[in-house]
Amino acid sequence: MEFSSRARQRHARLAGDRREQYPHSLQFYLEPPTESISLVEFESFAVDRLRLLKVIENLGVSHVRGSDVYKTKLEAELRKLKFPYRALVEDDYEARRKDHISHFILRLAYCQSEDLRRWFLQQEMDLFRYRFNELTENLMQKFLEHVNLSFEAIGEDLKNELANELSVSTPGFNMSKVKEQMFYKVGLADAVDLFRARKVFIKDGFAYVPFKEIDVIVLNHYRTKLSKALALTARSLPSIQSDERLQPLLNHLSHSYVGPDYSVQNNTGKISLEQIDALSVKSFPLCMRQLHRALRDNHHLRHGGRMQYGLFLKGIGLTLEQALEFWKKEFIRGKVDADKFDKGYAYSIRHSYGKEGRRTDYTPYSCMKIIMSNPPSQGDYHGCPFRHSDPELLKQKLQSYKISPSGIAQVLELVKGMHFQLACQKYFELTHDVDDIGFSLNHPNQYFIESQKLLSGGREPKKEFSNSGNFQQKNNSQESINSSSTPTSSNAKADTELEGLEAYFTED
Amino acid sequence: MARFEPAALPELLPVFYRRLFPHGPYGRWLSYGGVAKNYFQLREFSFTLRDDVYLRFQSFGSPQELERELQKINPYKIDIGAVYSHRPNQHNTVHLGAFQPQEKELVFDIDMTDYDDVRTCCSSADICSKCWTLMTIAVRIIDRALVEDLGVRHRLWVYSGRRGVHCWVCDDAVRKWSPALRAAAVEYLSLVKGGADTVKKVTLSHPVHPFIRRSVAVVEKYFEEFALLGQDILGSPEKWAKVLALLPEELREPLQAEFPRKKDSLQRWELLRARAERERERGRAGWPEWEVMLQLCFPRLDVNVSKGLGHLLKSPFSVHPKTGGTRAKSQAISETRKLDKTNAGRISVPLDLQRLDQFDPFAVPTISSLCQELDAAGSDGEQEDGAETEPKRRTRDYRRTSLAPYVRLFERFVEGLESARRGERIRRSDLQGDF
Repeated sequence: MEFSSRARQRHARLAGDRREQYPHSLQFYLEPPTESISLVEFESFAVDRLRLLKVIENLGVSHVRGSDVYKTKLEAELRKLKFPYRALVEDDYEARRKDHISHFILRLAYCQSEDLRRWFLQQEMDLFRYRFNELTENLMQKFLEHVNLSFEAIGEDLKNELANELSVSTPGFNMSKVKEQMFYKVGLADAVDLFRARKVFIKDGFAYVPFKEIDVIVLNHYRTKLSKALALTARSLPSIQSDERLQPLLNHLSHSYVGPDYSVQNNTGKISLEQIDALSVKSFPLCMRQLHRALRDNHHLRHGGRMQYGLFLKGIGLTLEQALEFWKKEFIRGKVDADKFDKGYAYSIRHSYGKEGRRTDYTPYSCMKIIMSNPPSQGDYHGCPFRHSDPELLKQKLQSYKISPSGIAQVLELVKGMHFQLACQKYFELTHDVDDIGFSLNHPNQYFIESQKLLSGGREPKKEFSNSGNFQQKNNSQESINSSSTPTSSNAKADTELEGLEAYFTED
Repeated sequence: MARFEPAALPELLPVFYRRLFPHGPYGRWLSYGGVAKNYFQLREFSFTLRDDVYLRFQSFGSPQELERELQKINPYKIDIGAVYSHRPNQHNTVHLGAFQPQEKELVFDIDMTDYDDVRTCCSSADICSKCWTLMTIAVRIIDRALVEDLGVRHRLWVYSGRRGVHCWVCDDAVRKWSPALRAAAVEYLSLVKGGADTVKKVTLSHPVHPFIRRSVAVVEKYFEEFALLGQDILGSPEKWAKVLALLPEELREPLQAEFPRKKDSLQRWELLRARAERERERGRAGWPEWEVMLQLCFPRLDVNVSKGLGHLLKSPFSVHPKTGGTRAKSQAISETRKLDKTNAGRISVPLDLQRLDQFDPFAVPTISSLCQELDAAGSDGEQEDGAETEPKRRTRDYRRTSLAPYVRLFERFVEGLESARRGERIRRSDLQGDF
């Protein structure tokens, strides 16, 4: 059967009938794409899908999967990124092709470690579940036939015989509903979740599943297939990695932060030094507020703190001159004299503005970078407080900032689930007194901009920040990490740290 | 019945493995017809020797080799494990991570100690005829579900030798089940939830699933004799307080007041039932009396035993040894007087489902009683034909003892497996058109 459909597909391509290739808006991704594509398309497809999966991850934590708000937001994202968003029977070819190709590219990037595979699997399953459930019953049937999922629908006679049993075994199904819906005879292994919870009628080793539960079963199939495929891909990875064109791209996919880098600012010089104290309370994310406080208290910050905070300040618009003045004034209050400052610290500030040495204009750190690299030790104040602070201390700090106990509880819950950026988003919501932050946080400067926007009554966001074309920047080794719960294949140390933290938080 | 002396095991075991243990059907069972290559060779056995010395990852090239080893080593206890990816006795030569369990029977272990919160007659390792009914109920409920719901055919129920029962589900397809599917089966069969700090352990939602309804029907057959008469659960205020604690308030309070006026558990239960029925007629949904019955009688399974492929379980026809090492003979004798009450030295024998209600765990042969029977039969004057082969002599031997009916049960079970295999082969060759 597979053979003939592949031959049919090849014929279809040759014949120019593109619809044959992708008869449905979703698929199990069983056959890898066989055409040639340009490197540009390769990269852009992959980056778009990565964006999509990250949105799915965020939506999955912030909203109930399948709820109206979840579906609306996800559909919007699918449309924006030009992926199939509805089971249109007509010409959706381009979107379906993109879907097909991008999935397989990301497999290459995300098969490499247990964590990556788990993440990829989870998001792809959520995506599949959403799309499957958007199908009409008719299209669902067609899709199931197409993928040869042999679920035998039981005949009317048998259904009538079993009607009573079916109605008491299946939640939400009274006798009339049993009569109107199709029931399928499914092997126990396919209906594990329903069978274990006694939510289905079983007899002679088969479960009698109503049509509406079929998605659980289909999902199980998908998960099994994809999981096996990922393991297989991992084994054939060495040969792919030897391709020099693909290697750096694939590496970046699992490392990259795909968003604006806040280096090119149109607001330089618009902040005055006197405003910083007030801004740190109103519009700084917690990490920067903490760093600013430490700087003011100790008149000093160590290197990690200087980098993280200094670049952030550059990102919010401090000029080099302002920065030099800012740091010098503070350090002099401490143990550093003016001379020492000019000789040592000033140089490095100029360096980070790209005025010394290599003259690379360093970009402010993204959340991922802050969370994943260079953890703070004793005497450091950098890092992400949601990731690096002891929860008890974090709680006290939030209490001192007059956050409500229920708000604090929500933040801590997110921290426990290792959703550090979502915890920061919650912090934003609590400090700005809004219900929905309205954006997906992955950069401290983004936090600042959005906060300022909100506080000044919704100023227009600068267009260049929301769809930055600065993809080349990601080749800069300094910022190559993306959103919080996406595991990366960065240095092993970061990985083990993350695992260690998991062990700490997964109490059972 | 002969008194069992644990110190005598080293003398009794060789007799057992030479003349009593049913090597023939045992080997046929675990070979599963030789359909899968090397199935027997890849099976893990574990032996427990004297002084609790434990030998894991034993494997054998054939049933005959197993027999020879058993007769050489004379283990105190045999456990059966999984069929692995490589011969278990070579597992050290295999790259770590490559040595994995592949298949195993689905097993259940029902242990009387898990019922301590609802037994008043005994506790921990003790059992008596009054509480053994719980095992009968458990076997009936689970066996029905295995056959009718899970569609399983070949199950071997075995007395564990002391205080519970085991079930070995041997269908070809089931042996391939994943741990997740096994755990799901246990969950499907579980109703009693909660540990020491949970008072009410069974809560039914509506409508009631057929599995539960059918299980209640089984419990009802035994409830009067077991709970009302045997355990006398409503016999005194302290006792009925425990039962009333499981009921909703609107039932509990009036019953609390009226129970003293009734004369025994039977009457009080009738009242309870009637009141519950009345509440239902008034429109209040719920089956509180079922919940009580189930909490007292429904089987309690240990998911860990069933879930893992690598889990070892005591083999049928294994002896139940007394732990504790060597003892002075006189001390041993005074111990054995106590031991008569416990089930030391008993053989793990198959259960006859047709005669389940008549099963008496205290009538199960022990290794010493069997050896005594052999002695008695030998001195009956039967001439031993020198030309007789070993297996034949053994056949006559076990037939002379009370082990005979149990071996017959086991043989019938193995024959069931074999005839199913033949049937399957015929069916397949018919489909393929082979003649």
